[in-house]
Amino acid sequence: MIHKVLIANRGEIAVRIIRACKELGIETVAVYSEADRDAMHTRLADHAICIGPAQSDQSYRSIPALMSAAEVGDVDAIHPGYGFLAENPDFAEIVIESGYTWIGPSPESMRIMGDKVAAKNKMRSAGVPLVPGSDGAIKDIEEAKRIARAAGFPVIVKAAAGGGGRGMKVVHSEPALSGAVMMAQSEAATAFGDDTVYIEKFLEEPRHIEVQVLGDKHGNVVHLFERECSMQRKHQKVLEEAPSPFLDPETRERICMAGVAAAKAVDYVGAGTIEFLMNPDKSFYFIEMNTRIQVEHPVTEMITGIDLIEWQIRVAQGEPLEFTQQDLKMKGHAIECRINAEHPFKFTPSPGKVELFHAPGGRNVRVDSAVYTGYSIPPYYDSMIAKVITHARTRERCIRTMQRAIDELAVMGVTTNRELHQRLLANPGFQSGNFNIHFLERWLKQMQL
Amino acid sequence: APAAAPAASNVPAGHQVKAPMVGTFYRAASPDAEAFASEGKKVKKGETLCIIEAMKLMNEIEAEYDGVVEEILVENATPVEYGQPLFVIRPL
Repeated sequence: MIHKVLIANRGEIAVRIIRACKELGIETVAVYSEADRDAMHTRLADHAICIGPAQSDQSYRSIPALMSAAEVGDVDAIHPGYGFLAENPDFAEIVIESGYTWIGPSPESMRIMGDKVAAKNKMRSAGVPLVPGSDGAIKDIEEAKRIARAAGFPVIVKAAAGGGGRGMKVVHSEPALSGAVMMAQSEAATAFGDDTVYIEKFLEEPRHIEVQVLGDKHGNVVHLFERECSMQRKHQKVLEEAPSPFLDPETRERICMAGVAAAKAVDYVGAGTIEFLMNPDKSFYFIEMNTRIQVEHPVTEMITGIDLIEWQIRVAQGEPLEFTQQDLKMKGHAIECRINAEHPFKFTPSPGKVELFHAPGGRNVRVDSAVYTGYSIPPYYDSMIAKVITHARTRERCIRTMQRAIDELAVMGVTTNRELHQRLLANPGFQSGNFNIHFLERWLKQMQL
Repeated sequence: APAAAPAASNVPAGHQVKAPMVGTFYRAASPDAEAFASEGKKVKKGETLCIIEAMKLMNEIEAEYDGVVEEILVENATPVEYGQPLFVIRPL
């Protein structure tokens, strides 16, 4: 039985975890950096320990500081939240070896899913669809041609050591392939010191659809349906919803069961998310698994009625899931808008003092935030200050509830992206449900003209 | 929520020695040993003032300047937070 938890995080997710612990009768220990002395999570927890200076590396990401706080706080378990060390298998291992309960999956499953090549190999053997392409490095142009033909053009040549959009070349037809491979190799060598490249089918208009899973220590794994997260800017999600407006029941069943297969392949314990890209023809491919709770978990909670943080904790202390797949049902539609302290269209960050914070309320509105009137947003951490979530019987009604909620939301003293959400929610493309991962950036670009 | 350990009261900030890490504060190397720094003791820069134990490792906290120990603000074998004042040491 877990009696006392250390929350190795800050901001809204720390508040979320503290709330779940309180409802379960579990004592809470918050940790904070010097920049977070007045943060809400330190006020709500039963105990709060200052663990370091503002810099994350010396506080929220410092394993010695966190473990020392766990010792001093005399806790039973540690919840890592999301970001920081949540997907760090070394941290998970140290927590476990030090005798605490890790509220998350095993270090082994974190390692497999954290390694792109190992994850793909596991998924292949579990029958989870992968993006067609080369299994590993391309040895020569002949191999490149063979793979590209099999996958089908357009293809993308990627640097194995790259990432973040760098070292990638899209090739639309075979004549351009050998030149693109050579350029990608030489760019990769220069940028990453490794000229290894691989080829994948390039998905032109995909949607980002992810599946929420929950596994216990008794081998039970269920899915809690999917989330649509295609509204992204520079790979950062801005608005998420559940269920996806694009899926029919048959496709939903296929993709959600693929998520379960992925989780079972690594004996997954706890809450996790499997990310897929889906084509207009409803074919989909695994891209990665996030071995932690996600920012957008509330939309899944709203449509299923399940408290995911509660179940992370209960599963960690060895309880079996109380529900089977058949027990889980979707009800209505939910949307989450991420409110960031930044200019709505220039995206310049806006830390500083929140002179007034007024959260929307009323039926079907949920706000997850760590901000309050008079709070100073520190410049050291990410800019998300609140999540506004709405739930209604239909998607159309859910959008109207969210519009009303965003209109009610007041944040004075710092600039927020409230206006971005207002415009996005009113946009016919968004309202139609016909969009993909390029929609938001294309729409923003068009607005600047 | 209350902090894990009490804060110091009315001490001149410039003469405070603060904990550089979270852990358990010890005044001596072992339970039977003599305290590193007692009230009135003159300390030299680099001399050990106390130990903060973190993750089973004993970290020696050293004086940053020559001075005289005026006050010891924390009880032996109690937890301390990062930044918590431990001593008041008047510079010489």
